[in-house]
Amino acid sequence: MKASRLGSALLAASLVSLSSAQSGSLTIESWRNDDLTIWQETLIPAFNEQYPDIAVTFTPSAPAEYNAALNAKLEAGSAGDLITCRPFDLSLDLFNDGHLESLNDLPGMENFSDVAKVAWSTDDGSETFCVPMASVIHGFIYNADIFNELGLEEPETYEDFLALLQTIREGGAYEPLVMGTADQWEGATMGYQNIGPNYWQGEAGRQALIDGTEGYNTDGFVAAFEALAAWQPYLLNGYEATAYPDAQAFFTLGGGAIYPAGSWDISVFRSPTQGAVFELGAFPPPPPAGQETCYISDHTDIGMGLNAASENKEAARVFLEWMTTPEFAELYANALPGFFPLSDAPVELEDPLAQEFLSWREDCESTIRSSYQILSRGEPNNENQLWNVSARLLNGEISAQEAGDIVQEGLEAWYEPQQGD
Amino acid sequence: MKRRFPVHILVFLAPAVLIYSIFMIYPLLDSLRFSLFAPVEGGGLRFVGLGNYQTLLNSPQWAPQLWNALSNNFVFFFIHMLVQNPIGLLLAALLSSRLVRSKAVYRALIFTPTVLSVVLVGFIWRMILSPLWGISGDFLNLIGLGSLDQPWLGQESTALVTLALVSVWQNVGIPMMLFLAALIGIPDELLEAARVDGATAWKVFWRIQFPLILPTVGVVAVLTFVGNFNAFDLIYSTQKAIAGPNFSTDIMGTFFFRTFFGFQLQPGNPTMGAAIAGVMLLVILTGVLMYFFGYQRRLQRIEL
Repeated sequence: MKASRLGSALLAASLVSLSSAQSGSLTIESWRNDDLTIWQETLIPAFNEQYPDIAVTFTPSAPAEYNAALNAKLEAGSAGDLITCRPFDLSLDLFNDGHLESLNDLPGMENFSDVAKVAWSTDDGSETFCVPMASVIHGFIYNADIFNELGLEEPETYEDFLALLQTIREGGAYEPLVMGTADQWEGATMGYQNIGPNYWQGEAGRQALIDGTEGYNTDGFVAAFEALAAWQPYLLNGYEATAYPDAQAFFTLGGGAIYPAGSWDISVFRSPTQGAVFELGAFPPPPPAGQETCYISDHTDIGMGLNAASENKEAARVFLEWMTTPEFAELYANALPGFFPLSDAPVELEDPLAQEFLSWREDCESTIRSSYQILSRGEPNNENQLWNVSARLLNGEISAQEAGDIVQEGLEAWYEPQQGD
Repeated sequence: MKRRFPVHILVFLAPAVLIYSIFMIYPLLDSLRFSLFAPVEGGGLRFVGLGNYQTLLNSPQWAPQLWNALSNNFVFFFIHMLVQNPIGLLLAALLSSRLVRSKAVYRALIFTPTVLSVVLVGFIWRMILSPLWGISGDFLNLIGLGSLDQPWLGQESTALVTLALVSVWQNVGIPMMLFLAALIGIPDELLEAARVDGATAWKVFWRIQFPLILPTVGVVAVLTFVGNFNAFDLIYSTQKAIAGPNFSTDIMGTFFFRTFFGFQLQPGNPTMGAAIAGVMLLVILTGVLMYFFGYQRRLQRIEL
């Protein structure tokens, strides 16, 4: 009697463990607090329709704490099976420390281009350790009501763009360009990295910078600073002290015509409570007259990797493989307008503004921000210097050539390939 | 007969010494020790002696940042000395005079900003000075000076002075209270005797009251010095750790924070941060010692 009870208990226990081994359960680490409902209500149910036996839990932590918390969990061996990857060095360090597994052999990785994978690959590109999830694209969002009122059209070339700004300035009723320089990063991110790829030919220029054959003080990189400096008379009144959220609010209130944007701004402008009540349009950074090819900053931002210490790698690989499919790309992109999937499969977006941003990928060449790969490892920090000089350039404190010289000097101080000449 | 060792003195001193050692002296010394190390590639730390300090003072990357932060900090301090403390003294003198009514109301109103959170003060002033929705431009228009309106916090030439004045606005209550307490402590007989002798209010203040509150003047000066060279919160809450525009509002505290914790893509460098903290300690110590040996020792004790 006693023995049989024990036996049935053992049997029950083994059944439980057996079923859990069959189904597998996965935990996802992430800093995307905001996406909790999207995962719970859209993405995980969609995954479970195909793989009902794999239970997935999304456990985000606060963005500011994510890096430290994740490191602590990885050291302690208590981190989840799937790890949301920050771009470049933070994830590369995790891979080098053996916390992330190589995903070179994951089926479906061929759906991603090299530019899409660069943020989660070793410097030589031989190992990729995260599935690229989403990127953000730069461009210009405009108030279509103001464009209609003033009879304006989307510019084709950079010269058209400046003429357009001049027309709006002369009209006097609206601020032509809504962007501040108080937080400094706007000038670099939405200014320099937005229009710059057209001048340094996207990936070609970015790679030349890493190889040391081009510098920030030559050719395209200075031309980009010059193009940026032309914005100065068209920025809104008091832009020197205008912070990023203030500029967003000013644009949604209808005070200005054109907003230099990152695609993540779409969700802000679409917000039912704080969003814009007018029609929105968008155009890509216009290339200088006479240049056939256009380039856009299509910056890789989020990926997903496999914890090397996971006890459930098979199920995790099934999930990661699902993340490479067009189905996931479509679901994710529609749930988060402004964060675009990186796979080569074509995706239809419901939000017309987001679709407009995404369509530029077909017409233009994609690149990422020049300072993110490798170049921000040293002291002084390349990205921070770009913030600094872009803000000073727009504030009229320095010239384009000076801006290029300062950044180049900072890079040469520690980056060997740039020290050659 | 030999006197017994006074054990009770040790007992009385022990709690203070212990707590002070654990929470002040030990962290301070450990931070100084930490500043003598540097990270090695591949993890770990290596003893470098005064190497961090040499880098800080000589390297073309670090030295200009250090001197910029230090000189900005001195500007910040001098504005407090030249604006905050004289205004504090003036307010205290007015509040201690017999001519002013409803003193308690003024005292409370002027002291209120001091107890507000710095984050709140920073936010309020950012709003007031905002070129988009701030009221500072409207106010200048009202008095006919609209053309003088500037993006005060966005220009290299004005940002530091503006923030120093905001800090003065917030903290002027403290010197006022200290001066007021000292002024009230002066016996009325002295002042009355002076008036009987025909002294004007001006003369009474400069010849009798001011000399008698000189110790407080010294204390206020040294408190201002220490407070300003430890300052960080107001700049951080209005301009963030990057202390813009172009580091024109960077003071030692923000320079330390940015170095220690890193900023955006720039990784943190804790040992170099500790070296900056060491320089801050040195500057503050020098100032406080100058006060002790150059000022406090020369004060005469006056029995009232």
